[in-house]
This record gives sequence, C-alpha cells and structure tokens, in this order.
Amino acid sequence: MIIVVLIGLLFGGGVLAWAADRFKLADPRWVSIASLAIGLIMLLAFSLYQDAVIVIDGQQWLASVQASWIPRFGISALLAMDGLSLLMVLLTLFLGIVAVLSSWNETKHSKGFFQFNLMWVLAGVVGVFTALDLFLFFVFWEVMLIPMYFIIAIWGHEKRRYAAIKFFIFTQASGLLLLLSMVVLVYFHYQAEGFISFNYFDLLGTELPSGMGLWVMLGFFVAFVVKLPGFPVHTWLPDAHTQAPTAGSVILAGVLLKTGAYGLIRFAVPLFPEESALFAPTAMLLGVIGIIYTAAMAFAQTDVKRLIAYTSVSHMGFVLLGVYAGNATAMRGAIMTMLAHGMTSAALFAFAGAIQQRIHSRDMREMGGFWSSAPRMGAIVMFFSVAALGMPGLANFVGEFLVLLGAFQADAWLTAVAALGLILAPVYSLIVIQRIFHGKPLVERPIADFSHREVVMMGMMMLVTIWLGVYPQAALDLATQNLASLMAWVEVGAESAVLPDLAMTAGGGQ
Amino acid sequence: MLELSWLIPTFPLLGFLLLALGRLPKKLAAIVGVGSVGVAALLTLGMALELMGLPEGERVFRQTLWQWFASDGLSVPFAFYIDALTMVMMSIITGIGFLIHLYSVGYMADDPAFARFFAYMNLFVAAMLALVMGDNLVVLYLGWEGVGLCSYLLIGFWYDNAENGYAARKAFIVTRIGDTSMALGLFLLFMHLGTLDIQQLMVNAEQAWAVGSLWPTLGAALLLGGALGKSAQLPLQTWLPDAMAGPTPISALIHAATMVTAGVYLVARTHGLFLLAPDVMFAVAVIGALTLFISGFTALTQTDIKKILAFSTMSQLGYMFLALGVGAWSAGIFHLMTHAFFKALLFLAAGSVILCMHHEQDIFKMGGLRKRLPVAFWSFMIGGLALTALPFTSGYYSKHEILLATADYERSGMLLWGVGVIAALLTGLYTFRLIFVVFFGNDTSHADESAVGLNIKLPLIVLCVLSIAGGWITLPFEEVFPQLAADHHYGLFSPINLLTTLPPIVGIGVAWYAYLAKPSISYTLARSRWGDRFKRFWFSGWGFDRLYQHVLISPFMWFTRINKADVVDSVYTLIAWIMRIVHRLLSMTQTGRVQWYAAGIALGVVVIVGLGVMQ
Repeated sequence: MIIVVLIGLLFGGGVLAWAADRFKLADPRWVSIASLAIGLIMLLAFSLYQDAVIVIDGQQWLASVQASWIPRFGISALLAMDGLSLLMVLLTLFLGIVAVLSSWNETKHSKGFFQFNLMWVLAGVVGVFTALDLFLFFVFWEVMLIPMYFIIAIWGHEKRRYAAIKFFIFTQASGLLLLLSMVVLVYFHYQAEGFISFNYFDLLGTELPSGMGLWVMLGFFVAFVVKLPGFPVHTWLPDAHTQAPTAGSVILAGVLLKTGAYGLIRFAVPLFPEESALFAPTAMLLGVIGIIYTAAMAFAQTDVKRLIAYTSVSHMGFVLLGVYAGNATAMRGAIMTMLAHGMTSAALFAFAGAIQQRIHSRDMREMGGFWSSAPRMGAIVMFFSVAALGMPGLANFVGEFLVLLGAFQADAWLTAVAALGLILAPVYSLIVIQRIFHGKPLVERPIADFSHREVVMMGMMMLVTIWLGVYPQAALDLATQNLASLMAWVEVGAESAVLPDLAMTAGGGQ
Repeated sequence: MLELSWLIPTFPLLGFLLLALGRLPKKLAAIVGVGSVGVAALLTLGMALELMGLPEGERVFRQTLWQWFASDGLSVPFAFYIDALTMVMMSIITGIGFLIHLYSVGYMADDPAFARFFAYMNLFVAAMLALVMGDNLVVLYLGWEGVGLCSYLLIGFWYDNAENGYAARKAFIVTRIGDTSMALGLFLLFMHLGTLDIQQLMVNAEQAWAVGSLWPTLGAALLLGGALGKSAQLPLQTWLPDAMAGPTPISALIHAATMVTAGVYLVARTHGLFLLAPDVMFAVAVIGALTLFISGFTALTQTDIKKILAFSTMSQLGYMFLALGVGAWSAGIFHLMTHAFFKALLFLAAGSVILCMHHEQDIFKMGGLRKRLPVAFWSFMIGGLALTALPFTSGYYSKHEILLATADYERSGMLLWGVGVIAALLTGLYTFRLIFVVFFGNDTSHADESAVGLNIKLPLIVLCVLSIAGGWITLPFEEVFPQLAADHHYGLFSPINLLTTLPPIVGIGVAWYAYLAKPSISYTLARSRWGDRFKRFWFSGWGFDRLYQHVLISPFMWFTRINKADVVDSVYTLIAWIMRIVHRLLSMTQTGRVQWYAAGIALGVVVIVGLGVMQ
C-alpha cells in the first residue's frame, strides 16, 4: 500500500504544485518539498517498523500490491519493494528534495509547471523502482522520460533543444528496443506455458530457444546501458547534463542513471541467466573501457558540468563491472556505488549550478581563486571531490573497493586495468579544485559563498556520504536482501558450463 | 587502560572537526590544534608503559570498534592492533607531532588561514595513527589514503600560487599510482588467503605458500609498489622534492618524520609475507641502495635549503629500505626513529632560518648566520652530525647497524654495502656543504633570531637532545621481528667497521675543504665542462621528471586535447547526418507535380511486373 501512496503523493504533489502556482495559492517549491518530505518520512518510518516479510516466489519483499489492469494480456498493476527498491526509492525522495533546493532561484518562468515536471519524473522513477509487471515498468520508464525532456528543453541552457532531442532519441530508441524485447519474451513464455503474462515472477526462468535468448537479453541490456550510461552509448549524457537546469542535472545524475543499473540488476540479468553468464565478460570489458576512457574525457573538459558528467560515466563503469563480475561482493559494491554516486554527483552538479548562477558561466577558464571569497563552498566541493576519488571513510570507497575486490576474483587482469581508474580519478577530481578554487582570483568581484539553504542541502548529502562510508553494513544488508535470487544466474551459468564436462566424464566412464 | 587506545586517534580527529566547523579565534585554534595532539601523546605514553608492563610474549593489544563492512567471506572490522612496532610508530607520530604542532603556532602565527592549517595537521595525525594502528589492511589503507589527502592539502596550503597546487596534485597522483598497486595487492592476498587481517594473513601465507613461489612474490611486489610511492623511492620518488612547496612544519612532520616512513612501516608490518618472497626482498634492498645513491648526488647540487633536506630524506629512506631488504627489520625501524628525530630537527631549524631570512631559501644568498641565529645554528650542527652519522650521535647507531647487516647479506651484500658507504660519504659532504655555506663565511644578511619565540625554540631544543641521545634507546622488537640469522661480530678496528664509520668524517672534511677552506675549488669544478653536465643532470634529479613528462604526461595530455569532443559521439552525429541527407533526398521527390508521380507509379509497376516475370 505504501508504494501506491508514495507514487500517488508524487503525482498529486506535482499537480498541486502546478495548481498552487497557477492560482497563486502557495509557493510551488514548498509544495514539492512538502510532498517529498512527507514521502521520505513515511518511507523511513516504514523501513524502521516494517519487519514482516512477504515471500513471493521464494524472494523476500517488504511490501507489495497487485491490482488487475488488462487481464486479457496478463497485465496487472504489480508493485513490490524489497531492500534494493527501498534504498533506491529513499535515494530518489532524498535527492528530490535536494533537486528542488538546488534550483530554488533558478527558474524564472513557469515555476509551477517546472515543479510539476520534476515531481512527475520522480514519480516515474519510484514506479520504475517498484514495478514488477514488465508492462507497468515500461509505462513508468516512459513517464520519467517525457517530463525530463520538458525540463531540459524548456528551462535548460543555451543549447537546450539539441541536448533535449538527443536525450529523447537515445532513450526513446532504447525504450522501443526494451518494449520489443519484452514482447518477444512474453511470447516465448506464452508458447511454453500457454498463458500470457507480463508478471516478473512468471517470466523468471522462461526458457528461450537458443540463439534467440541472447538477442532478447541484448535488447534489455542495450536499453539499460543507454540509461546507465555505459560506453559506447554514453554520448547523450554530457550534453543532457550540461544543458539541463540544476535540478534536472541533479535528478539525472543522482537518480535517473540508477534506473539503468537497477534494470540490469533486477531484469536483464535474472531474466536471462545463461545468456548473462555468456555475455558477462563483454559487459565487464565495456565497463572497464568506460571507466578509463571517460575518466580521460573528464580531464579534457573545460565546462565544469561536462566534466562532472563524464565522471558520472566513469563511475557507472564500476557499476557495470560489479553487476557482471558474478559474485556477491562485487554486486554489493555495485549497489553501494550507485548510492554513493547518487550523493557525490548530485552534490557536484548542485555546486556547478550554484556557480553558474553566480558568474553566469560554466567555463572553468573563467574561474579561479574562489577559495578566498567562498571558503565554505571550497571546503564542501573539496569534500565531494575527495569522496568521488574514492577516499576511504566515505561512501564511494566502499563501493569501488567491493567492486574491484569481487571483480578481481572473476578476472584479475581486467580488474588491474579497471584499477587505473583509481589513478585517473584524482587527475580529474583535483583539477576541478585547482581550476575553480585555487590559484589567483581571476574574477575581480568576489563571489558569494554558499547561502544557508545551500549549506543545509550540501550538509545533508555530506552526512549521508559519511554515514555510508563509515557504517555501510546496514545499507549493504538491506540492498542484498534478495541477492541469492538476483545472483542465481551465476550458478545457472556455471551449471550450463559444467554440464558438458559431466556428460563427458559420464561417457568416459561407460 | 589499553581499552582506551581508540581515544588516541579520536582526539586529533575531534580537533580537526572543531577547527573545520567552528570558526575559532587564533588563540583557541592553537589550543585545540596543539592540545588534541598533546593529549594523544600523553595517552600514547601511558599506553606504552602499560603495554611494556605486560608479561613477555603477551605484549599485544587488539580492539574491534565496529564491523565496517562485510560480504561473502570478507569481513572488515574497524579494528586496532597494538604491539611494540605500533607503539614505536605511535610514539613518533604523537611525540614529534606534538613538538611540530607547538612549533607551528609560532611559525604560522601571521598566516590568515591559521585554523585551516591546524585542522589539516590534526586530520593528518589522526589518519597517520589509523595507518599504524590498523589491524587489517583496509584500515591501514584508510590511514594510507588519509595521510595522502592531508599531504595534498598541506602541500597546496598556500593555494594562490598555482605551482603549489601543481606540486600538491603531483604528490597525490604519483603516490596514488603506488596506492593502486597496493590495492591490487590486497585483492590478490584476499583471493588466495581469504582474509585481510594482517596477523591472520601472515599465518595463512606461511601455511599456504612456499618460500619464493609465485603468489607471495606477486603479493609482496604489489604491496611494495604502495610503499615505494609513499616513501618516495625509485621509480616513484619524483613527488617529494616538489612537496617542499608546503609550509616548513609540514615538510618536517609529513615529508620527513612520519608519512614518508609509512612505506617502511608497511614492509616491516608485513615482513612475514616478504620473507616468503626473497626476490622481492632483494629488490627492496636494490631499490633502497639506488635511491640513496641517486638522491645523495642530487642533494649535492641543490641550492634550496629545503630541497637539500628533501633529497637527503629520500636518501635516508633508502637506507631504511636497504635495511628491510637485507632483513634487518629492527635496524630499519630504528633508523626510522632516529631519522624522525634529526630530520624533524633539521627541517624545523631550516624553517626558523627561512623565517629569520624573510622567506629566502637559497643557501647561496645566506652566509655567516652562525652568530646571528645561534639556536638554529646549533640545531643544524647537531642534526647535521646525527644525519652524517658521526659516532655517538643517534644516526650513527642506526646507520651503522644497517650497513653492517648489509655487509652480511648473502646476495651481493658487499656491493650494496659499498653503495651505502659511498652514500654515507656523500651525506657528510652535502650536509656540511649546507652548514658551511649557510652558517659560516661572510655575514651578508640582517637576519635576527629575536623574533623567534619560545614555542619555536623549545621543540628545537627537545629534538636536539633526542638527536643525540636517541641512539641509546633500545627498541623492544624481540617479539615482533625474527632475529637476523648471522649476527655480525666485527671488532672495533676491523676493516669493515672502520670503513663504515669513517666515510662520513671524510665527507665533512671534503665539504670543509671545498666550501670553506678553498671555495674556488667547488666553483671551478662546477664550471668545468663535465662538472657542469653532471651538475645539471644531478640537479634535475637524474632526469626522471623529464622522462615521465615525455612517456606518460605528454601522451595523455595529447590524447585528451585532440579528443575533447569525444570521438564516439561522431558515430551518432554521422547517423544523424545520414538521416538528414535521406530526408532531403526523399523530400525532393515530393514535388507536387502529377506527371512525376505518374511516372513513379508506372516505374513501380514495371519493376514489380518485371520481378514477377523473372520468377
């Protein structure tokens, strides 16, 4: 029930915010904050007091709700939440508040409609994180896309139309691929079982004819990797992030990218265990190329938002590596990296937005020496840069360490290459500090330091980053509640690899 | 009381938080900054007494604070392990750290970012303590990265100069290369031994691996990579001279007494693993010998007072690595300790010279400061003598022990010993070159020591005492390290003993002759054709910076410059471009003329019919 209430709260909050602005009833920003805060408190209370576990198909779920929707095609409104979903939804609500705060004074026109779009994106994201009916999942997948398109296209910066269209085409094309793959999967399930169903639990374990399975899996994989984004389908992201208004960048980096990773973990891998096992080495390689290549790209940028955008791709490379490394440690690391990256990238984008509001530029060549006039800003950005480069004691380290430790057991050489990312991370992170805060002041006029609103916003994220870095175990346990079933592909993959051997020894024995 | 040992790193950490979050006035900042380390030092003293009071064989204390993270078979508690080795390191960190904090109150008095300085310093002390106290390699790695971060922050402390920022980033990135190797070492050890707990790791390694087999060799080599980066040894040594851009107390604390010795500590802490990898141990010895040799020559050509000391630090760290390589663990840590005394003294004295000379660092712009700066002069004399390892100073005992152990080493021990002895001569030469140039000769300046307060002089005096008497301390390492198999038994007047003792004195003599008695000699030598070439080559640190510039940095910069727009995106741009062309071609057919459409339809019919006929 809580899931329906949450999604309804966000959809409703969006409409209310729009209405509040239209009829001059209230500040739409406060309407958004209020509905997000209520949702967050509700969910926190729920996660603290909910200890009953619902078992569906051998998996443990914290909440679930199902309603009939289009019974003819086996489509139902099935929403459920396990630890992984819960963490992702918490992240979404939390960063939603951050997003509203970060764009507090940025939108000059249609403020209500802006909040409406923001809330609807978030509602879509919460839906994506909880939907367990593939058709419903797809609906939410689209719901989060279209308001985001508006946010970039209407309130974005100088090249917003190009960026918005690029974003739309990339995600829409991959969405189409996703839909197609879903239908093919459902069709084969129908052939095998005799009934049509979009239900996740029904579709788990569907046997696809060999040759076909790999293609269907690739459809899912490509759709999610575009969103992640992984190399080489990452190029929409630097444009979209750079041109989006601050709140848009915060949501894109902090939350929207996680839907891609979530899709891989929840759908692409468990639905196609054998194919995933077969494909894992390639996926890991793509992850590693992404880590190294985009880290170098980040260093090359002069636009601060573009730089941060590329670092996001680099960090998502770790997620891809972790998901396909095929062991629980790396998977835990991947999930932790998702949470950690949510904090650091959101904070850095919020900072980039703040600086653009102050000097009306994102070009780092026009910045320098800001520490003397804005020490609080400097210290906070230093904190998040240091977190992003994987300092132990902060969240990102736990994620990257677990990913690499796990991946090392799967492929030592590839992991050694991935570890080069640890060397490149300070190369790009510290150049940000150098160009913006150190050196002689280039701008004559001193810039304003972070206001109280910005300090509160950043402080919240700092606390979470420290907490996840110092005591990550609670989140790790929660995240990996259904790990066994999410990781079933490894065993299945191993079995299918081992079977011929067994057959051979049996044959030899006769 | 040992249960309270978690308080030792906690106090500096709290100090950091207070200094970073509260806007403390200078006085309060000084009290918090110095006080937190002072309390940690007192606690350390208490713990040390208690630990040594324990019965023999039980002088170990372990404490688990909380479960940091865990996953399949991996369990990383936030835990501390304290034995005699840890205790010695903790005493150095908090003791010398306290003195340097006290000194900094005077040195940084006029700096507007006083509180920020102490915040970073306190964070450093906390991280360094975590490094040596860590019970498992991940907590050690936490401290390891933490001190690297503080080193970065403090080298670039005066941030308005872009060169300082460059030096800071260079230090962080070069050491990160080593750290990454170390991280891979952790992964390898975990994969094969199933734990990251240091003590358990050593036990498992001994059980699972034969001496000289592949995995311990690889694991030790990867860990060594981390040690080389942190301790500025070949080939990752290039960051240390640039690190002198930071305020001088930093150079004393981080880049002489504590952080740069972390590599030595790591190797000593995991000596069980290194003993399984004799090839890696040999490599440690060779790298140490090469580094001390190369940096000795470089120190000879430097003119910046701090850079001379920096290269000398590198060279002395080389001695420690030499000791580790030949298995003289206790001697290595002993030298680590005495070096912490006299090198901290030298840096702090150099800082007081720099302060009195209004931030002049070129030794050839100084001269005759003996009378003007008596405290600095005597500090330099005592520190210099200890560094040169003149008999009865602290440096003598530790260095002598190392060189004699090297001579006994079975794999080209005499050669390594020879290199060490030549470098000992060089040490005398470059140290006293500095002292003679700065403190003797013509008095040209108006420097005045009266501005220097007690908080600067007191640490110098304490360190003077330690630099002399520190050699009489016996470190209780019987339970930590295996004893050397061959105990050297050289007579007082045996050739080896004499040849090990005398070279530094020869070095001092040469320095006296070439820089005081007949300075024209050093001038002519430096001006001669070959002399000039060697001088330039040595001055540049044997060309390592240039090599890395050409091999690593330039190609990377080139790649990022030409690919700023991301070549991958051109694929999608191409697709978009093709679509646009197709769109234009197709829209050309939509002319609105009926005859064209009719012709099109006719052509289509012909083609279809034709196809039908062909079938």
